Order: sequence, then C-alpha cells, then structure tokens
Amino acid sequence: MADSSTTLAGPASGGARKLSPRKRRQLSLAAQSLVLVALLAILILTVDGSKIQKSFFDFKAAQNMFPALFTVALKNTIIYAVSAYVLGFVLGLILALMRLSSFAPYRWISLAYIEIFRGLPALLVLMIIGFGLPIAFDGLQFPLDPYDKVAIGLGLVAAAYMAETFRAGVQAVPPGQLEAARSLGMSHSRAMFSIVLPQAVRLVIPPLTNELIVLFKDSSLVSVIGITLAGRELTKLGSDEAIKVANSTPFVVAGATYLLITIPLGILVRRLEAKQRKSR
Amino acid sequence: MSNAVEIVDLHKSFGELQVLKGINASVKTGEVICIIGPSGSGKSTLLRCVNLLEQPNAGQVIVHGVDLTHRDVDIDAARRRLGMVFQSFNLFPHLSVLDNVTISQRKVLGRGRAEAEKIARNNLEKVGVGEKARAFPAQLSGGQQQRVAIARALSMDPQVMLFDEPTSALDPELVGEVLTVMRQLADEGMTMLVVTHEMQFAKEVADKVLFMDGGYVIEQGPAAQVIGAPQHERTKTFLRRVLDPTHLDVTE
Ligand SMILES: Nc1ncnc2c1ncn2[C@@H]1O[C@H](COP(=O)(O)OP(=O)(O)O)[C@@H](O)[C@H]1O
Ligand SMILES: [Mg+2]
Repeated sequence: MADSSTTLAGPASGGARKLSPRKRRQLSLAAQSLVLVALLAILILTVDGSKIQKSFFDFKAAQNMFPALFTVALKNTIIYAVSAYVLGFVLGLILALMRLSSFAPYRWISLAYIEIFRGLPALLVLMIIGFGLPIAFDGLQFPLDPYDKVAIGLGLVAAAYMAETFRAGVQAVPPGQLEAARSLGMSHSRAMFSIVLPQAVRLVIPPLTNELIVLFKDSSLVSVIGITLAGRELTKLGSDEAIKVANSTPFVVAGATYLLITIPLGILVRRLEAKQRKSR
Repeated sequence: MSNAVEIVDLHKSFGELQVLKGINASVKTGEVICIIGPSGSGKSTLLRCVNLLEQPNAGQVIVHGVDLTHRDVDIDAARRRLGMVFQSFNLFPHLSVLDNVTISQRKVLGRGRAEAEKIARNNLEKVGVGEKARAFPAQLSGGQQQRVAIARALSMDPQVMLFDEPTSALDPELVGEVLTVMRQLADEGMTMLVVTHEMQFAKEVADKVLFMDGGYVIEQGPAAQVIGAPQHERTKTFLRRVLDPTHLDVTE
C-alpha cells in the first residue's frame, strides 16, 4: 500500500525525471507510428507506380486464364489438396495409434516413418513417387495419373505431421476418460475409438485445418512430376500464362485464387480456437 | 454367507515404491465396507487393483468365486462385475447424459437402443437426475455429475460397486445429495467398497471399516469399534486429525 502511493505521488510531488509507465508506453507508441509512416512514405516515393501496375496488375494479360483458372486449375488444386489430406488423415491416425500402442514394434515403425517423412522435402517425395517408383517397379502403373501420384506423394508427408498432431490430441485427453471407459467393461480399443478418439479429434481440429492450408499451397509442387494441360493447378497455370504473355499479372491472379481458399480457412481456424478457449 | 469380494495378500509397487504390502480383506454379499486412512496410504491403489485398473504384483482378487488376477481371465468381462465411481466423476464430456449411461450398455453388453435407454432412464430417475437426460456433463453441477456417474455404473448391472472418494471433489453443500444416493444403494443391498473421509457416513452406513496406513490394513472391524474406539495409535492419530482438525493445528 505504502509502495504504490509513493510511486503515484513520485513524479508530481518530487518532480522526478522518471516518466510513469503509462507515459512511457504512450511515447513508445508514438515513436513506432512515426517509423511506420516514414517507411510508407519512402516506399511510395521510390517505386514507380505505373511500372508496377503494368507488370502485376495488367488484367488484359490475364484474360486467357479464364475460365480455365476455375474449371481446371482451381478444381485440380482442390482435388490434389483434399485427396492428399484424406490420405494423410487416415494414415496419420493409424500412425498415431501405432505410436501409442503397447506393442513396441508398432511404436518403432511409426516413429521411423514420422522421422523420415517429416525430414524429407515434399518436393523430393513427389519426385521419388513420380519418377523413381515407375522405374524401380517395372510394371507399376498409376491408373489415375497424376491424381493418385500427387495424393500419395503429398499424403505420405502430411501423414507424418498429422500423426504427431493426433498423438498430442490423444495425450491431451485426461487419463480418467480411458479408465472410466475401461471400468465400464470396454476393451482398450473400444474405449479408444468410442471415448478417447472423438475427444482427441475435437481438440486437434484447428491444427488439422492448418494442415489443409499447407496442402493447398504444397499442391503447387506437383508441376515437377510432369502434368498434362488437364492436370494443371493454379501455380502451373499462372506460370504458363505469365511466360506466354511475358507479364507477371497471371501470378497475381493465381495468388489471389489461393487466398480465396486459404483466408476463409484461416478465419475458420481462429474461430474454432476461440470457441475451444471459451469452452474450457 | 458368501464372500462377494476376497482380497488375498495383495501386493502392488510402482517401481521401487511399495504401495500395498499384503492386503487381506473380504466383503460379504450386501455388505458396505468403508476404507479410511491418510492420503497416500494406498486406498485408491487398492480399489484400482480390485477392478484391475492397476495390475497387482502378487496376491489375488476373487469376485463371486472368479479369480480376476488369474492369467487367463477375460479382464474386460471380469471388470463388468464391478462398477467404479471416481473422485473426479470422469463423465464423457462429448456425450449427453443419456449417451454416457447407454454407450457401454450398447457397445459392451450389446443391448439395443430402446432397452439401454429404458435402463438408463430408470437409473437416472433413481439417482434424481431423470430430467437431465438430454443435458451435457458440463451443464451439470458436481453433485449431479457424480450421480450420473453412479447411474452409469449401475446400468451395467455390477455385482459390486467401488467408490473412490466420491464426494471429495464436491462443494460442501453438494456432498449430501451424493451420500443420500449411496445410502439408498446400501439399503437396497448393493455390495459396496467405499474410500471416504465422511466419517458420519461410515459410522451410519458401513458394516465394516478398514483403516489403512503405509500399505497395510492396520485395523478393521465394525464402524462403531474402529471409529468409536480405535485400538491402534495410528488409527487414533488419524481420526483425531480428521474429526477435529483445528485441535491438531495447535498441537503440531
Ligand atoms: N500410477 C502411479 N505411479 C506411481 N506412483 C503411484 C501411482 N499411483 C499411486 N502412486 C503412489 O502410490 C501411493 C499411494 O497412492 P494412492 O493409492 O493414490 O493413495 P490414497 O488414495 O490412499 O491417497 C502414493 O505415494 C502415490 O504417489
Ligand atoms: Mg486416493
């Protein structure tokens, strides 16, 4: 009590140089705003507006992207991302259960898988699936080429991340839940599937949605395995067009189309997280 | 009279820590046994060994003639004979009250939805939360949650009910409603093993009280004797602490 009254009285009565915390905060904010304004001014003054407009926002140059932008590229991007996501989800769940199993070899296999696929670039995995496998296994056919190749390549990598997410989710469910289920006569696996997993999945919906955003972006990697015109996704269509018209606007158009998907997903993630915080 | 539960020379350690050092006890059908003792004396561990949530290191647990500790016993089937109520309720938060009470009836006993719901509603009615069937656990008070947990266990038709400090997590004004339900169960002839600090309940309801300390049963006998006229120094000290905590604060 005595302490706080002296600090409050300090600047007024003693006329000390030291600013109050509130004053200091205000001053710091003012300084930061000033820096921001200055940076903005420099940016506006130094860049050549018309040149930027011509190379990035010349929408005539992007004319040829329509309607393929939506009917082919966006559609393929969604197919690649979602199919990889489904595979990653199922495989990730299996890997997480193996990781938590009491049977040691399952744990080893799962751990080895996770460490390997988390450590490899998705690009490399795609190339191994796309070029390596057909050569290594002579008769190997991908009947839905390139859709199955992409789903497998990106899905294998996503599974490693999702496995870790699921594991964290399962471990976040209080142990009393499993015990209560067991005490009611449920077997371990029954208790896992009916009681623990439904709660775990709810907990990890936000990070799992983030993984979907990641896959939307990673689907741009598929152009390395050689796709046909019909298999083009957003980045490939954008870069093909940009080269054709020697202008960067198609990049911008492709980019904006990604954001059309990823920004709403991001908003969804934040909503879900806020809801979970509240329910706790 | 037949023994519902027989605990024979039960040992349990966690690594180096010996928690149960040879427990012997028996519970006759329809009896209520209260287990008392200081915190850390192994009461929860004993109860958890009885329904095999913990695997004992040695000794036997025999429920209505079936040795649960036998290597070849079907542990999931064996556990069904025993209902368990936990200190922290452990209701399933993602399921409605009704689903909490029906899920294991359906998945474990294979009862149909209609039958399981009928049994669930009967038991919810019995513990006084019949009108909460559609609610979710988070919408209930602690006392209501614990009564749902009791209904959930009862719906599996257990031969014996285990209670591990069922009122310790409750606000004082909610303790009574749970004890009332337990008293009613005892009156109906349910065989019960109850870990509790509610000495009044033990005195009035228990056929036998068992005092544990340091991994041993120090003293057991009728409630009036163990609580009213304890023989062992440790029992006396413990009871003095529980029954008159302020007095002890001064002397220690
Ligand atoms: N799963 C476990 N792992 C290690 N130690 C445990 C475990 N469960 C209980 N213990 C220890 O065993 C002792 C007895 O615990 P418990 O049976 O819970 O006592 P009580 O219920 O009488 O308070 C305590 O020292 C506790 O720390
Ligand atoms: Mg305990």
